[in-house]
Amino acid sequence: MDFTFPKEYELLRRMIREFAQNEIAPIAEEIDVEEKVPMEVIRKAAKLGLMGVPFPQEYGGAGAGEMGYCILMEEINKVCGSTATVIGAHTGIGAMAIYLDGTPEQKEKYLTPLARGEKIAAFALTEPNAGSDAAAIQTRAVRDGDNFILNGTKIWITNGDIADIITVFAVTDPALGARGGVTAFIVEKTFPGFRVGTKETKMGIRGSSTAELIFEDCVVPKENVLGQFGAGFLTALKTLDVGRISLGAGCLGGAQAALDAAIDFAKNRYQFGQPIAQKQAIQWMIADMATEIEALRSLVYRTAWMMDSGNMGRDFSTYAAMCKVFGSEVLDRCVDKCVQIHGGMGYMKKYPVERMYRDARITRIFEGTNEIQRLVIATNLFRKVGVRIR
Amino acid sequence: MKIVVTIKQVPDTNEVKLDPRTGTLIREGVPSIINPEDKNALEEALKLKDTLGAHVIVITMGPPQADDALREALAMGADEAILLSDRAFAGADTWATATTLGMAIKKIGEYDLILAGRQAIDGDTAQVGPQLAEYLGIPQITYVTELTLTDGAVRAKRRLEDGYEVIEAPLPALLTITKEANKPRYPTAPGIITAYRARQVTLWTSKDLGVEPGTLGLEGSPTQVRRSFSPPAKEPGETITAPPDEAARQILGRLKARNIIQG
Repeated sequence: MDFTFPKEYELLRRMIREFAQNEIAPIAEEIDVEEKVPMEVIRKAAKLGLMGVPFPQEYGGAGAGEMGYCILMEEINKVCGSTATVIGAHTGIGAMAIYLDGTPEQKEKYLTPLARGEKIAAFALTEPNAGSDAAAIQTRAVRDGDNFILNGTKIWITNGDIADIITVFAVTDPALGARGGVTAFIVEKTFPGFRVGTKETKMGIRGSSTAELIFEDCVVPKENVLGQFGAGFLTALKTLDVGRISLGAGCLGGAQAALDAAIDFAKNRYQFGQPIAQKQAIQWMIADMATEIEALRSLVYRTAWMMDSGNMGRDFSTYAAMCKVFGSEVLDRCVDKCVQIHGGMGYMKKYPVERMYRDARITRIFEGTNEIQRLVIATNLFRKVGVRIR
Repeated sequence: MKIVVTIKQVPDTNEVKLDPRTGTLIREGVPSIINPEDKNALEEALKLKDTLGAHVIVITMGPPQADDALREALAMGADEAILLSDRAFAGADTWATATTLGMAIKKIGEYDLILAGRQAIDGDTAQVGPQLAEYLGIPQITYVTELTLTDGAVRAKRRLEDGYEVIEAPLPALLTITKEANKPRYPTAPGIITAYRARQVTLWTSKDLGVEPGTLGLEGSPTQVRRSFSPPAKEPGETITAPPDEAARQILGRLKARNIIQG
């Protein structure tokens, strides 16, 4: 049993922390206010190999596995939720689906430029009538010679309007539904019949783009079927499982940043003639934040270790769901306490904690609501004792 | 073109705290980093590698954990790394350090340029670079902020207190680089992983350098430290609690009394 990080991960963390502090933190407010995808930051990150951290070096990645990717998400989300979201949608789900289920040719053609950050990825599952009930998707794909013709609309797709390569899920056999009737496709933005629809404006993570994607007789070559024909729903679930670990890691970073800000504020804010750090009401909030953060850190990196060491097994999706639920809720409680400790100042735009509070809220919702995650955890637990949850 | 960059692993002084009781540095738990200006020297070497093509060898003398500094240099783009580590090297002053580095560089053989940081943040002597050039009998240019290579020579701009000097020296030469020279690149993520998992750091001990026992390290150092001490702690400042104009009057009075301002 050894809980220390190998040295390459310590250096990786130090490099990413310096990069985040020097290149992202100074413009984090601007990214939020201007609702601007930080493409300059993305280009710089790409040069350092930060757009493909978990993928093997033979496909243009850093070869740092899920552990390295969690370190990235933790450190980036400490300073900017928007940038972390852009990288997360690109690496954690968009490119990840191709890494997990792509053929060697597809990985060569698509994963390599994505891992190098030369191209941007997105993951398109959600539809107006298919959110938590992801199996209810209606986008259709019909075979036409050597191609598939896609028709339908995806909504709330992170990176939707900046992505070059999009993993899209469509129904290929309505009779079979989620069990054999959904197929994943790799769609290039230049394919005829594809266009970006309306762009959303949001409460938080405002610098990440969230767009509608419209497929009107969109022509996708049959080589771009990702994974087994008809097994697209499994590809989606598997990819989202993996994405939930790094989502938890991002929450860990956000929560840590909230704790750091709260401690700093409590040390310097004087009321009744002494720093508010002397008040038990503040101390208890700080202690609760720190304790939950450490518990989250253990869960996230333990789960990342499970993935990297191949100890995934049947419990993996349970752990991944726990990372997402616990991570987002620890983050939620920490940013809330952080604002409370800051008092009126925490409510003002002048301080980053106001942005951290808004950025945090989505994490309990996206990539599978926490309610769905609890369902996953409970279903897995009851399955072990022979009870099938319907 | 072969460039040797000498580096030193130092405690990150941004993280160093003083023990308020003893006044000494608390080094426990303080991360070690590449000395900042040595990173500037490495960056100059890597820029030459990018533009002209060069083989960059990074070398350090230190304890076994200095391996981490060398691997970071590899992750930034250095081609080769050499660690000089031996109990016989321990306790070296700047002369013994420069001699050890010099013996190792002679063992490397041919080279065109040696780049070193101006000085280390833990010792602040700025001596090792110049002493190394003396040991090797090659020209040296210190406090360099800019350099260009011409045919068989290096032209460098050195920063002095009251201006700049531009100096040219034939190769091989040793330059010490200041922090104004550049902004060192970050190591890349794949570079970091490869540096630890796939690359080698060459270890040379006193045997490899053919050192006579007792000539290097503490025993071979002419500098003898007689006493280390911290300057006495400053007395706490005085707070003047008075309405602003009265406080200003009091401060003015005291400044005048000490002849800091006149009037």
